[in-house]
Amino acid sequence: MASNEDSIRLEVTRYRPDGDSEPQLQEYDVPLRREWTVLDGLNHVKDEVDTTLSFRWSCRMGICGSCGMNVDGEPKLTCATFLSDYAPGPIRVEPLSNFPIIRDLVVDIDDFMQKLPKVSPWIIRDDDVTEIDGEYLQTPEELDAYKQFSMCINCMLCYAACPVYGLDPEFMGPAAIALAERYDLDSRDHGARERLDVLIEHEGVWGCTFVGECTTVCPKHVDPAGAIQRYKLKAAKENVKAFVLPRFLQ
Amino acid sequence: MSEGLIRAAHDVLIVGGGAAGLRAAIAIAETDPDLDVAVISKVYPMRSHTVSAEGGAAGVIADDDSIDEHIYDTISGSDWLGDQDAIEAFVNEAPRELLQLEHWGCPWSRQDDGRVAVRPFGGMKKKRTWFAADKTGFHMLHTLFQTTLKYREVKRYDEVFVTRLLHDDDRVHGVVGIGLYSGKIQAVTAKAVILATGGCGKVFPFTTNANINTGDGMGLAYRAGAPLKDMEFVQYHPTGLPFTGILITEATRAEGGWLINKDGYRYLQDYDLGKPTPTPELRSMELGPRDRLSQAFVHEVEKGRTTDSPWGPIVHLDLRHLGADLIDTKLPFVRELCLKYERIDPVHELIPVRPVVHYMMGGVHTDIDGATPLGGLYAAGETACVSINGANRLGSNSLPECLVFGARAGRAAAEFARSAGPTPGVIEAQAADEVRRLERDLLGKESGGESMAAIRGELQATMEDAAGIYRTGPEMAKGIDTLRELQQRIGRVGIADTSRSFNTELLAALELANMLDIGECILQSGLQREESRGAHQRTDFPDRDDEQFLKHQLVYRHRDGTPRVESMPVTITRWPPGERVYGR
Amino acid sequence: MTTPDVTEPRVHRPTMSTWWWTKKRSYFVFVMRELSSFFIAWFVAFLLVLVAAVGRGDAAYQDFLDWAAAPWMVAINLIAFAFLVLHVVTWFSLTPKAMDVRIRGEKAPAAVIIASQYVGLAVVSAFVLWLVTR
Repeated sequence: MASNEDSIRLEVTRYRPDGDSEPQLQEYDVPLRREWTVLDGLNHVKDEVDTTLSFRWSCRMGICGSCGMNVDGEPKLTCATFLSDYAPGPIRVEPLSNFPIIRDLVVDIDDFMQKLPKVSPWIIRDDDVTEIDGEYLQTPEELDAYKQFSMCINCMLCYAACPVYGLDPEFMGPAAIALAERYDLDSRDHGARERLDVLIEHEGVWGCTFVGECTTVCPKHVDPAGAIQRYKLKAAKENVKAFVLPRFLQ
Repeated sequence: MSEGLIRAAHDVLIVGGGAAGLRAAIAIAETDPDLDVAVISKVYPMRSHTVSAEGGAAGVIADDDSIDEHIYDTISGSDWLGDQDAIEAFVNEAPRELLQLEHWGCPWSRQDDGRVAVRPFGGMKKKRTWFAADKTGFHMLHTLFQTTLKYREVKRYDEVFVTRLLHDDDRVHGVVGIGLYSGKIQAVTAKAVILATGGCGKVFPFTTNANINTGDGMGLAYRAGAPLKDMEFVQYHPTGLPFTGILITEATRAEGGWLINKDGYRYLQDYDLGKPTPTPELRSMELGPRDRLSQAFVHEVEKGRTTDSPWGPIVHLDLRHLGADLIDTKLPFVRELCLKYERIDPVHELIPVRPVVHYMMGGVHTDIDGATPLGGLYAAGETACVSINGANRLGSNSLPECLVFGARAGRAAAEFARSAGPTPGVIEAQAADEVRRLERDLLGKESGGESMAAIRGELQATMEDAAGIYRTGPEMAKGIDTLRELQQRIGRVGIADTSRSFNTELLAALELANMLDIGECILQSGLQREESRGAHQRTDFPDRDDEQFLKHQLVYRHRDGTPRVESMPVTITRWPPGERVYGR
Repeated sequence: MTTPDVTEPRVHRPTMSTWWWTKKRSYFVFVMRELSSFFIAWFVAFLLVLVAAVGRGDAAYQDFLDWAAAPWMVAINLIAFAFLVLHVVTWFSLTPKAMDVRIRGEKAPAAVIIASQYVGLAVVSAFVLWLVTR
């Protein structure tokens, strides 16, 4: 397809682990249509131009979290990023930063999947409820206290934007800590202490140097940076308490 | 045992990590912690299509509501094709399942006093739909996924695509799957297998369904000899965004939204759905059932009262009178989706909508415990047909269905696995066959001049023409012929991708094979049902015919690959078939 | 829930360049903000030297003033002051992230929190000015 007004060029990362030693860029021209997203452009390539291009996608409505990629260097959900916003192009489409590249635009997020259970992202109770007899009451205000942190779709854009995670893969990372905060702030949960024990470690909240980019790139306005700073306050209070008070009073 | 052929052995293996699959996994872990249970899924569990469900989950909890009313609404909604014993079990168990999810942390929207809030929904006579704003499925899925992480004994195989069920004549013994990451093709054996792979909306061109909804579980069961039930019943949701097909939840209408044609007229009043009222009236007008609303749209098109768009005729959904506050608290996702994908703000502008394929009432035939006729094989969620949805599902019944029957299938599969004998040796040969088929016949296969995208496009166009909102016998028969041709042509599709790792081209070829099978089942079943009921409307047989067709249709696969349709009675307990009345 | 080990294909592990922070404005500002800590330390040291000089009498104080008036010292202090301003501005604007201030159950707007810090800074500065000049 000739490059003209109605098309836009995508510069797409290609990497085949069984052949290539390094990722390379490949150029594709795709129709520039007002309603097309970057993902539509990639699907056009996959269907009509080069069937070997690999990328993840599913819901195409910004909720499943599969299709995160770097678009012109910024982590984006490609199903919610429109080609026309980048006209006349070219548009650089690369795998998310800070993750190992498995293939083309597909990155390995196994590290996050291993980290997630460490912050105990589930309701922890003091009481041992076995028989369910009605709901735990929770007022709209109590719901509001954690609601925003429950909006994380695990799309990994925040990890791609976080230089700390890039430099130190041991760092727990924005989404996992935001989820810990989500459960801590839930009025039904009693597990804050347990989670703090994990996050007070160096790889926990103290790894964060507050770049703040995780919050900037979050497509669901979760504000992981805020969650981490609030955790730091909690952790600092605990440290002071441990230093000042005798053990039995803590 | 040949090297690496069998990757692992489990007691229960669940295929699919959405609401039904995860609920099953937890049910098993809770029933018997000694059982070895695993979830195998072609995507990470939190990517499953449950995530896209918006409006809510029905369960009787309000003081003025009753179990019998929810049962009756579901039965009449199903046009009396739902099995009443299954519906009774479902309605009875749904509230407890929803409360359980509340205990696991689901952020249900609340009333001021802290109790769970409920909203009205289409075809329901009382307010009984629990909701988490308009991201109910998202919150339910993430709550289930995160809760499952607590059960360390539940093993997970993420991003593994199952290509075949291993089985002998009596029972199932496991699966063969391709690990997308490594490209390795290996068997995972199990004493019981639960299919929970969701729906098959991608058989159609215009659908609310995600890319992953290719009916894999239905295809697996069908090829293993288990029948598919009531496949002709395809639900069109009346309000999808043009072009993308993104769902605009029924909750928009439950909160008071109006459907208007190009003259600004609330056209549903012309279709025996009641009289327009300023505030929503239950089981009336915009809160009628989905089948009737989608059918009304077609009549509006015929009358020339719709608006033309580049993507066909549309009507409009009017939320402007609801105000920004209500929209932001109860329908924030709808506003977000409209702003993003239509560049309009529903607070001030009309939302263009058209009916869009949304849900499969049919699926793998199971009994009330999720058991299929093949020993050790279970199914739950949209993959399965129990059936509680009959000829038309009511909005907000599918999420609790995943929970109730996911848990039931889990417990039944656990029970089966405890008493099942060991895996016979012959299974290994079957696994080896499948590995050979994939390695030799598919990987790096030369093209015979056919393109996968073209065949998929033709399948989808054929399905839309032959199995749309209104159908005729000749159209369906012609559609079946076209699909047979496509079955031949798919043999000439090449796979240019020779990489092992993340070979999504190979994946798409296997998915397309499933979709062709399912498309054929839908048409064959539809051709044989010579009546109009619920979502199956035939212009050549416009009336419901209880005499001949108050029955389920089961599609079996012949050895030559063609479908064979048999029938089975509908279970009636307390509610004899009656007229479906809305709005009066 | 546990995930089993898989045989790894040869994944590509990108490495971060030493100059990663020059590639994006926000990263650059971040690194400058981190760097500003050195200048904060410098001012603390400078202040301590001042106090020590004052304590040692008029002559020592005069020496200190001469030293501080040297052009290279003025240059350093100007640069340090610029970083100090950067430090203050960036940290003040980040505070709302760390503090979940609620006024009558409603989340306080970020602008209010930031503004109140500047007010606080102004009050403290005015007090110090009064203390020094009275």
